Amino acid sequence: MSPALLDGAVAASTEQMEYVTFRLADQWLGIPVMVVQEVLIAMRIARVPMAPEAIAGFLNLRGQIVTAIDLRTTLRLPSREADAEVMNVVVRHESELFAFMVDEVGDVVSVPNDAVQPTPATLDLRWRTACTGIVRRDGGLLLVMSVHEVLRLDYASG
Amino acid sequence: MDDLLRDFLTESGENLGKLDNDIVELERNPGDVARLNSVFRTIHTIKGTCGFLGLARLEGVAHAAENVLDSLRAGRLQVQADLIGDILAAIDTIKFVLLRLEQTETEPEGDDAPLIARLETWLALDGRSAPAPDAAPFAAMPNLPVLPNIPTQVASGIPLAAAASVAPVLVPSTSARADALAAPEASAFVAHDGAEHRDNRRDGLDRRGQADLVSDGRPGLSESTLRVGVDVLDKLMNLVGELALGRNQLLQLTTSQEESPFAKPVQQLDRVTTDLLEAVMKTRMQPIGNAWTKLPRLVRDLSQSSGKQIVLSMHGAETDLDRQILQAIQDPLTHMVRNSADHGIETAVARRAAGKPEQGTIRLSAHHEGGHVVIEIADDGAGINASRVRRKAIERGLVKADVAEAMPDAQILRYIFEPGFSTAEQVTNVSGRGVGMDVVRSNIDAIGGTVELSSQHGRGTTVRIKIPLTLAIISALLVGTAGESFAVPQIGIVELVGVTEEQRGLVEHVHGAQFYRLRDTLLPLVHLRTLLRLEPCDVQVSYNIVVCQVGEARFGLVVEHVFDTQEIVVKPVGRLIKHLQAYAGCTITGDGRVIMILDTGGIATLANVASNETRDEVERAAHQAAQARAAAQADAKESVLLFDAGYPALQAVPLSLVARLEEFALSSLEEADGRFLVQYRGALMPVVAANPDMDLRAMDPRPVIVFSDRNRTLGVAVNEIRDIVEDSLHLQRRAARPGVLGIAVIAGRATEVIDTDHFLRQANGELPGHAAANISDDPGRHPAASLAPVAAA
Repeated sequence: MSPALLDGAVAASTEQMEYVTFRLADQWLGIPVMVVQEVLIAMRIARVPMAPEAIAGFLNLRGQIVTAIDLRTTLRLPSREADAEVMNVVVRHESELFAFMVDEVGDVVSVPNDAVQPTPATLDLRWRTACTGIVRRDGGLLLVMSVHEVLRLDYASG
Repeated sequence: MDDLLRDFLTESGENLGKLDNDIVELERNPGDVARLNSVFRTIHTIKGTCGFLGLARLEGVAHAAENVLDSLRAGRLQVQADLIGDILAAIDTIKFVLLRLEQTETEPEGDDAPLIARLETWLALDGRSAPAPDAAPFAAMPNLPVLPNIPTQVASGIPLAAAASVAPVLVPSTSARADALAAPEASAFVAHDGAEHRDNRRDGLDRRGQADLVSDGRPGLSESTLRVGVDVLDKLMNLVGELALGRNQLLQLTTSQEESPFAKPVQQLDRVTTDLLEAVMKTRMQPIGNAWTKLPRLVRDLSQSSGKQIVLSMHGAETDLDRQILQAIQDPLTHMVRNSADHGIETAVARRAAGKPEQGTIRLSAHHEGGHVVIEIADDGAGINASRVRRKAIERGLVKADVAEAMPDAQILRYIFEPGFSTAEQVTNVSGRGVGMDVVRSNIDAIGGTVELSSQHGRGTTVRIKIPLTLAIISALLVGTAGESFAVPQIGIVELVGVTEEQRGLVEHVHGAQFYRLRDTLLPLVHLRTLLRLEPCDVQVSYNIVVCQVGEARFGLVVEHVFDTQEIVVKPVGRLIKHLQAYAGCTITGDGRVIMILDTGGIATLANVASNETRDEVERAAHQAAQARAAAQADAKESVLLFDAGYPALQAVPLSLVARLEEFALSSLEEADGRFLVQYRGALMPVVAANPDMDLRAMDPRPVIVFSDRNRTLGVAVNEIRDIVEDSLHLQRRAARPGVLGIAVIAGRATEVIDTDHFLRQANGELPGHAAANISDDPGRHPAASLAPVAAA
């Protein structure tokens, strides 16, 4: 991430937040730019036998262990094709690193806080738990995901 | 303030902090045995220590509370609000006394009689009076509390390394230093943080050095020592670990290229990195003597209070080990030395009577051994009475009586490490409640160490602790199965066994479990592939067994490949993975791959090879397997005679039991008294039909298998001798029909293995419906005994 980008986030007024957007199947989601450490293209992932299905394994990020989580599995979306491209959004949460495996990473967007609305009650419970709000924008809906909540989902049965 | 008192206050303060919460939880959840044990231990420790320090008031309250807790543990009392209230009141009193101690270094005045009386009322309810403190060594305790066996979580302790990396920075704050200046003695304790102060016995010295520096700038001792936060050291350690990994990668690159211009600088880098790694490791090292400083005083006080003559001799105090490990072994060491002094060493009178010098010796020693530190605590005292331990273990239901009787003493002694196990007959001020050895064991287990105890009744006891030098970097064996690599911590590995195709016969199957016959023992096998639910692949002709030791249990971890041993940097697994018992952490290999470090303790639990029941089960299984082996000769190939007796399946008998194969003309068969006899080698030999439906007269000549047992012979008439093949007589099923031992697959077909014993008894008229064929010279002897080893099944 460029320093300019970080500075931008810090300088952002309290009324808006910047989000790193990414796509899972047809849905675009965003997580606050501040929690994102970097975005990686596909990396060798060491799988962990017996780990919950959504835990793809560990990757070695310059000597640091990163837990790779396939958000498609986590959010109960159909698995991607074997040769489909995967991007890793690396986030730091409570001094631990996680890589969210997503289909595509988009732009960093700035969203006014008052544009974030509560998630609709019709949304699947797992999605509703993971996402804290929804934003209408030109390209369609953007779900605002909470890293904290995603990591608290039940993985063992997921 | 006295070091001992200061330590006691810090430690008690820490423990009491969580005690309130524990007790409240206990009230909510009375069945929580682990919590009850933990509460009990805390109070027990406080009581034990205040004995030495002469804190009578504290001791009285703690003793009363401990007795009530003991009754709770034993199930003689039930958890109830009033009782919990009284225990909390006792804890409050303890806290109050501790607080005043901290301030004034003396116990405050006060009368605890009402509180103690209340606590004793509870004891009266359970119909048992409070045990009087008494120092009778190695006496068995009456009404030993029977506790359900709590499985001790056997972790290899590597996660500790993770804990350390988030440990708080323990550099004293300036305000604390200012306090120290104002009142160096009294506030020294306040400024102390538990972990900080425990980690460094030279603490006081350093602190004073700093104080000097602050006060007048005069260079003090601090010039040669510098206090550095543990987290800084941990971070250094991590970084150097990474550097070493980078170095490994570079080395791999340069060695694969000939005449690389990088070869020289990389070599230089290699050397410096190795030195750096060593130096950084050294910053975390402290001499083990730091953990011993309190012991001489403890032993002296104990010998005075008990009237025994005890010397403590210490050897190898300069042996270095990681500070984290030093902390972890401090309490276990204290416990064991206390045990030796209290239970081990006899009184001078008893020693003289036993022909030993009046003065007993406790020898404490430490030395490096490979990548480990070995600590021994040996006393020349009374030793442990193995038969008493055996009796207790049986009484407590830890082991079945028949299994226990068959166990060697050395094995029986291991039950001392079970929670709540004590052979002391009387509870003393110091020890004897069976708290202790289980704590010792779980503390040592937690850092990936092992404890062994050996004792000779009347001669003394030796406890040998083997612990790793450091937790951050461990030596591990890399293994592979199903295309994945794993690291197994070297400390848990006893040996490696390669199994070739020919040695497969050493694998026994009992109750669906597999065992490997390793020398005289049956080693339960755990297939890593199956355990971790990895994809099955082609059957391997040969594989390897990594023999692992977890506590008392041994098991064999079956893997396809064994690679090399490496020093690996232990990294914690994330929160989403840490519930998986199979792993102790992960690491990054030289080529940048992430591989999992297996937790042999967790694997033993997962595969259920470490529990007591399993141990018993294994003993039984071993016994059965031994019998089955004797019976079926396991998978060893032997010559088998196949014959047809008119049954749908072919019949088989080991050729070794067969004396001869004959054919008798119908005319030579004589019928007398409802039996058939034939004159054979100058004697009358009975001939019985292999199949009762067979008409002996229907065939001429008649094939007969002759069995011989010294001077006794028997002919079994068959329809046709088919073949003699080499195969294993491995009985797969028992047979319903008498005369058949079981079904075995021989030459690819299900075949009935006949029971020669049956035919002998039939010929001897021992079976109903058959007349006796009394041709034996020695009718009293059971004919089958030596003739038919197959019958042993």
